[in-house]
Amino acid sequence: MKRVLLLTLVAAGCGALAALAYAWHGEIAPISPPPAATFDRAQIERGAALALIGDCRTCHTAPGGTTFAGGLAMPTPFGTIYSTNITPDPETGIGRWPLAAFVRAMREGVDREGRHLYPAFPYDHFSLTTDADLAALYAFLMTRTPVVATAPANQLPFPINIRLVLAGWKLLFFHPEPFKDDPSRDAAWNRGRYLVEGLAHCGACHTPRNLMGAEIRSRAFAGGEAEGWTAYPLDAQSPARVPWTKAALAQYLREGWQTDHGVALGPMGPVTENLAEAPAQDIEAMADYLASLGAPASETATPKAPAPDASGQRPQSAGWQAAAMALPTDASAGRRVFAAACAACHQAGRPLPLGGVDLALSTAVAAETPRNLLNLILRGVPAADGVAAPIMPPFAAMDDTALTALLDYLRRDIAARPAWLDLAAAITAARRAAAPQTTANPAKGAP
Amino acid sequence: MITFTVNGTRRTIAAAPDTPLLYVLRGELELNGAKFGCGLGQCGACTVLVDGEPVFSCITPVMLLDERTVRTIEGLGSADAPGPVQAAFIAEQAAQCGYCIAGMVMRAQALLERDGDPDDDAILAALEPSLCRCGTHVRIVRAVKRAARTMAGKPMAGKVEAVR
Ligand code: FES
Ligand code: FES
Repeated sequence: MKRVLLLTLVAAGCGALAALAYAWHGEIAPISPPPAATFDRAQIERGAALALIGDCRTCHTAPGGTTFAGGLAMPTPFGTIYSTNITPDPETGIGRWPLAAFVRAMREGVDREGRHLYPAFPYDHFSLTTDADLAALYAFLMTRTPVVATAPANQLPFPINIRLVLAGWKLLFFHPEPFKDDPSRDAAWNRGRYLVEGLAHCGACHTPRNLMGAEIRSRAFAGGEAEGWTAYPLDAQSPARVPWTKAALAQYLREGWQTDHGVALGPMGPVTENLAEAPAQDIEAMADYLASLGAPASETATPKAPAPDASGQRPQSAGWQAAAMALPTDASAGRRVFAAACAACHQAGRPLPLGGVDLALSTAVAAETPRNLLNLILRGVPAADGVAAPIMPPFAAMDDTALTALLDYLRRDIAARPAWLDLAAAITAARRAAAPQTTANPAKGAP
Repeated sequence: MITFTVNGTRRTIAAAPDTPLLYVLRGELELNGAKFGCGLGQCGACTVLVDGEPVFSCITPVMLLDERTVRTIEGLGSADAPGPVQAAFIAEQAAQCGYCIAGMVMRAQALLERDGDPDDDAILAALEPSLCRCGTHVRIVRAVKRAARTMAGKPMAGKVEAVR
């Protein structure tokens, strides 16, 4: 009896030690920050382009803060995580990180000190990145202006606040493998796949996650969500009314909108703002790969554009000058709202960006949930900084009755899809998320 | 028939239900404070409050407003007895041509009703949908801060509260 107990204890002890050995990562010795002149100019430029594709500045910049200085609050189902300072400040940033530490963070999700990083930092994608690309990213980041900034402490409940717990998560869900080209495809497609699945981490939003917050690999690109928005499926289940072609994807990724689909909104907005500055060749490659994920063009029926109104003519311009849409006397409430509030732009017969997207083509109207459509009606499409892009004023003044009638009309009569279930709950949630925030700036009042 | 409350008075509207609120305010109700700038929901000159929230009245058909509450700049005070936000805009001389000001004032009013002590970021975010072609933004931000002080019962020292 005693022997059994002893053996069990020894076995348990060995197991715990093995687990600790797996979970434990040593510190990588700090270096004194390398002078900018030690990095190669061309390498820095390559790193700059890769950082845009990786969307680094979107998460590593707080609203109104300095680029890459971190501090952005990222709400997750488990609590709030704050992005860190990735400028080369020696004390609060990554100034004392040697290249090996940067590579380990990107590949293994472990920081220089040896602490596990939360997978809100998508190392499950970044791990695919090649040595040369990581070195270029490192060169780029280490030559930015150092900023002194410490992120607020994460707000996570026990036991998730213990970083060692992440070792268990990694054991279950994180099995990095180096990227391998598919020899049956050409170089551009492989380059696209390398970027989409790696640095660009598209799956972080567009792949569904399990209860432990890990991407479900077997359902890659089957659609997910981010920050109260639906990230549409990119695979054959894409709700797009017109199949995405490589050219359409390239335009969308670079410009943030596409005539046959709509406008990049919510968390996708900053992604396209970054890609706008990335090398065209890389965007083309990403578009090439992404187009190959969707249904082949022939399998998807192209919907008819809405018929011109009774006068036989479509209004020619958006806004106050537009001719009123002729309505039959028995028109539904939703159609009346559409005619009064939406038609002037959306049936003006002018494509994006000068008119509204043809709602028969809109992915938001065709999608599985009304979430994105509601977000966009309530918030509008704000003017983009410094580029010509579509805008839409918000229509938050619509009450629930009008919204319900409108969405019902758009869904059934314009998109010819079954009505959405649970519209009332979706409207309440979208309104709450869109409500203006009172100033909750902790630094307020400080000098 | 559509009925709503404008500046505290119930009004029944004769205009067709798809008429933009701005046309009803200016044409039918002769409330000319809200201005027509673009008619596309892009400039903010037509901003009024519906149930306390700023809206572009040029793109809001009155059919959406049955039994709702609308406030326009006329509801905040008059030339002889300006409300605190109006008085602050006058004191800071925040208007050049004045075309954007009614919209700016309404946005400021809505902001101050939910946040009595907004910082610069909050003011800029709240006023962002309104464009001022004359460039009086710096004075407008000052006016909003002045109005916040007045409304909190702590008027700014050393300056007249209103010019008249
Ligand atoms: S006139 Fe309404 S926003 Fe310009
Ligand atoms: S004062 Fe002229 S537009 Fe603002």
